Amino acid sequence: MAKTARTKYLIIGNSAGGVGAAEAIRAVDKAGTVTIVSDEPYPAYSRPLISEHLAEGCSLERMLFRPADFCERHGIKTLLGQKVASLSLDEHIARVETGQEIGWEKLLLATGGKPIVPRMEGLESKGVFTFTTLADAKAIAQAITPSSRAVVIGGGLIGVSVTEALVKRGVGVTIVEMKDRILNTILDEEASALAAEALSEHGVEIITGHTVSKVNSRPAKGGSVSSVTLENGRKLPCNLVVVAIGVVPRLDLVAGSDVRTNRGVIVDRHMATSCRDVYACGDVAEAYDFIAGENRVTPVWPNAYLGGRVAGFNMAGAPAEYQGGTAMNSLKYFGLAIVSAGVTNPPDGSYEVVSNIYGSSCRKIWVKDGFIRGMLYSGEIEPAGIVFSLMRDMVNVDSFKERLVAADLGLSSLPEALWRSRLSLPPSVPVTTIPVEEPEEVLVGE
Amino acid sequence: MKRVYVNEPACIGCRLCEVHCQFAHSSSKDLVKAFKKAAPPLPRLRVEVKKPVSFSVRCQHCDEPACVYACLTGALTKDEKTGVVSVDTEKCMGCWTCILVCPYAAITRDGDKISKCDLCTGKPLPSCVANCPNEALVYAETRES
Ligand SMILES: Cc1cc2nc3c(=O)[nH]c(=O)nc-3n(C[C@H](O)[C@H](O)[C@H](O)COP(=O)(O)OP(=O)(O)OC[C@H]3O[C@@H](n4cnc5c(N)ncnc54)[C@H](O)[C@@H]3O)c2cc1C
Repeated sequence: MAKTARTKYLIIGNSAGGVGAAEAIRAVDKAGTVTIVSDEPYPAYSRPLISEHLAEGCSLERMLFRPADFCERHGIKTLLGQKVASLSLDEHIARVETGQEIGWEKLLLATGGKPIVPRMEGLESKGVFTFTTLADAKAIAQAITPSSRAVVIGGGLIGVSVTEALVKRGVGVTIVEMKDRILNTILDEEASALAAEALSEHGVEIITGHTVSKVNSRPAKGGSVSSVTLENGRKLPCNLVVVAIGVVPRLDLVAGSDVRTNRGVIVDRHMATSCRDVYACGDVAEAYDFIAGENRVTPVWPNAYLGGRVAGFNMAGAPAEYQGGTAMNSLKYFGLAIVSAGVTNPPDGSYEVVSNIYGSSCRKIWVKDGFIRGMLYSGEIEPAGIVFSLMRDMVNVDSFKERLVAADLGLSSLPEALWRSRLSLPPSVPVTTIPVEEPEEVLVGE
Repeated sequence: MKRVYVNEPACIGCRLCEVHCQFAHSSSKDLVKAFKKAAPPLPRLRVEVKKPVSFSVRCQHCDEPACVYACLTGALTKDEKTGVVSVDTEKCMGCWTCILVCPYAAITRDGDKISKCDLCTGKPLPSCVANCPNEALVYAETRES
């Protein structure tokens, strides 16, 4: 029988959520053993940067999410390139593919998502990829030739991100999006059109309202990709296919266990699962969404980090609550600057849209019952955080909502009590020193 | 840690804080050269004037910095000792996620990177505070809860 190693905290997944948890644990427990296992062979890297790696060979060193000595400095043990094959939740044991067993006191599932790959003829052909890991980016980079032409299936954030990287590498790209517009889950119609225009200007062909039904290769079975066939019979010649339809929570480790799942692992406001001593965060989890008012999968980096942080504190015995996250995105591809959060495609007519378009900027909020439920700022995005914080903190904005989309939006657009509480010296805090010094000497001309 | 607070009634909206912020972060030590002979860097604070109200806003180096927690690349960090929130522009990829979450709107785009207040690290007083003609900015130690 394999020898069982022991650790106080076991974290499965070495990314946003896992690192967030490890940092929180170390903030309160400097001594308890922390072990992170990841089936990726690299130290924690910024996943969104894989497009930068594909585009311009951004080095692993530059992609690292934390300094290279992070784990050493914090006394964190890592098992990289090793997959946890199964869990015994009752016995508090994880079995690694190598045969090693790890006994744990507190477990965090930070296993993230896995790419959705639909059943489709020809997917085994050479030249078909997904795009969620550094290994994917490396594989695509290797497959690119000067005459490459790519079809990207899916016009969401990941599809647009791989498209930009391919375009930067000189590869012609066609995006095939099933719905009637790209980025349809994170942008409203107008902003989608703006994004589509920016892509087109960079030579990207966008086909909406259609799906790929078949990947063709030469030779027919197991050869290299030669084209894809759409559901209407149209053929698009290409030698690269990237499947970028989205990700789903990676639930395999808890399938059939006592851990309650829906679309993702269901967690409470402490990021605890239905199973004692087992926590979850990030893309694998279904955590509180303050806009939906219920648990939802919101697969974005900041929510993974924050959820991990809350999980870590609780695992280490320092109670912490997850304020909740929501869908939030920031788009910088193809020279765009668009940020959005919450509901940008209202399900019914009960949302009031307050908007303002000026110059090449657009500011929009969706208000319901006096509260901001969604926001989208493009162009001059700088003041967007003011609005995001009002939305997250559930501030009733009915009396000043018009000001939140004005071109001169600032903290002074808020009611006085709000900006005063943010900017003034808090009256209750003791002031120890206010050094008054002579202004610095300044040279004025020569 | 010490932070810059606004004493709003004393602010006359003169924008000297803005000028001195730019000057402090320019490579020239000469005011005229910094502004007339070169392109001055972006100010790392913002002056808001909606008469009669005026004040300047910069990063508050939050105890729970939303920008640091949201940063996709690890470019934004909060120094464990000084509490200063700073950006490593080598690591910043200009994704603007921090801009979306900063409640002070204290982060600006600067080309394909971000720019923000660094509290004039290394100086006894931030330049904006040192050069405010009317003590409208207060650099004060606050005890954290
Ligand atoms: C191309 C791309 C661009 C993106 N851009 C953005 C963006 O701009 N903004 C944004 O907010 N988000 C973006 N995201 C989403 C963001 O990357 C994710 O939300 C985030 O990575 C989730 O972090 P996580 O810690 O939950 O899981 P992940 O980052 O998915 O990491 C989970 C890790 O666990 C490992 N693992 C899983 N199962 C096991 C096992 N059994 N044993 C060992 N290891 C295991 C996985 O291999 C993986 O390394 C992007 C994603 C992609 C792919």
